[in-house]
Amino acid sequence: MKISIVDYGAGNLPSVERGFQAFGVETERAANPAQIASARAIVLPGVGHFGAFVEGLEARNLSPALRTAYEGGIPILGICLGLQALFTSSEEAPGKQGLGFLSGAVCQLPVTVKLPHIGWNQLRRVQESALLRGIADDAYFYFAHSFAAPGAEGHTVAICEHGIPFAAVIEQRQLFAVQFHPEKSGEAGARVLRNFMELVQ
Amino acid sequence: MTLARRIIPCLDVDGGRVVKGIEFESLRDMGDPEEHAARYNREGADELVVLDISASRDGRATFLETIERVARQLNIPLTAGGGIRKMEDGVAVTRAGADKITVNTATVERPDLISELAQQFGSQAVVLSMDVKRVDGNWEIFIRGGRDATGIGAVAWAREGAARGAGEILLTSIDRDGTCSGFDCELTAAIAEAVRVPVIASGGAKTFDDFLAVFTDGRADAALAASIFHSETESIGALKKFLAGRGVPMRLSR
Repeated sequence: MKISIVDYGAGNLPSVERGFQAFGVETERAANPAQIASARAIVLPGVGHFGAFVEGLEARNLSPALRTAYEGGIPILGICLGLQALFTSSEEAPGKQGLGFLSGAVCQLPVTVKLPHIGWNQLRRVQESALLRGIADDAYFYFAHSFAAPGAEGHTVAICEHGIPFAAVIEQRQLFAVQFHPEKSGEAGARVLRNFMELVQ
Repeated sequence: MTLARRIIPCLDVDGGRVVKGIEFESLRDMGDPEEHAARYNREGADELVVLDISASRDGRATFLETIERVARQLNIPLTAGGGIRKMEDGVAVTRAGADKITVNTATVERPDLISELAQQFGSQAVVLSMDVKRVDGNWEIFIRGGRDATGIGAVAWAREGAARGAGEILLTSIDRDGTCSGFDCELTAAIAEAVRVPVIASGGAKTFDDFLAVFTDGRADAALAASIFHSETESIGALKKFLAGRGVPMRLSR
């Protein structure tokens, strides 16, 4: 199966592509609605600013196609800002609407800790996780962000903590998302990508 | 659940080769960047930095090629810099595969560059590199490879850089760089106290105890070193095990 990586005009796509290609998975860059519509599995990577990200999606008219894919049960994996964009809104860009597949607002991590939250951190699993299958409980993942989504019982399977607990891994039916960068998280991260691949095949 | 402190090897490159400088001068060939990158990735480095230390602008294409080659070897974050003067330079290195951009001289000449890069790539992708030298008891910022004094105080510049959107500070002690006399812990602690962004300490590392000191006394979030790792006298894996054994949170698995 081919993985469609959403190209919204920014972000380091080559590293995500290499992450999948490392175990022989074909990838394509999806930069228009037709490509999203025909996708069998979608990866939504993202770095930078929430506002610029959703504007990038809107400018390419990708948001409605992503919603159709989501409602049609096409597997989606959001990475970093791609996780945050699944929510309704973010404190980073007041007034900007996210994709809204998950309800709630992304908020800034507290000023009591070093920001951005940059580096390798561990997870606490709160539910059985398909993405984390076969990965040691104390494994580290690479984070680089200042905003985060609050964990919620319905979808959060693992949390991380930096000042406050936040959603690190989300799984809800065919919707998957991670706040860390699996493509930058060594062997543990590579396993997350492979698990996603195996889930959608 | 703890945010690990990071060990970051750095490749100073010139004309597609890794080189070693001593106190910002004389260069020595240290091998192929791809080979070093693959080894560091394997040994458990937490990130990698590549710096273009060639002075000439014609070296730019070669540097971008080096970034591409190095990025292919990694599944850890890559920071690139050296000679980043404007937005297009930042775009070029990120397109080549860098996750973060490190900026130095150009930001002293035009501080707005920090904000512009942060706007475009996000603060998490902008690393403000500061070369600091002690002059008459004060810590002063030097630019152009540590050659030119600026009269700017290091603490004030760190604060301004963070306020303008730099997401990390890469702090190099010119006095210690290449001397193998240990990190400047006093300087590192002063900067770490002054800003909320993570601080990467650089310059002077030789022994495992130097790293321990910079994480404890120096309160660094990460430590960067070049030559001691290149020469394979010390492995990153052994260093991280040493530090973890002394209570410094380290990522030991890969």
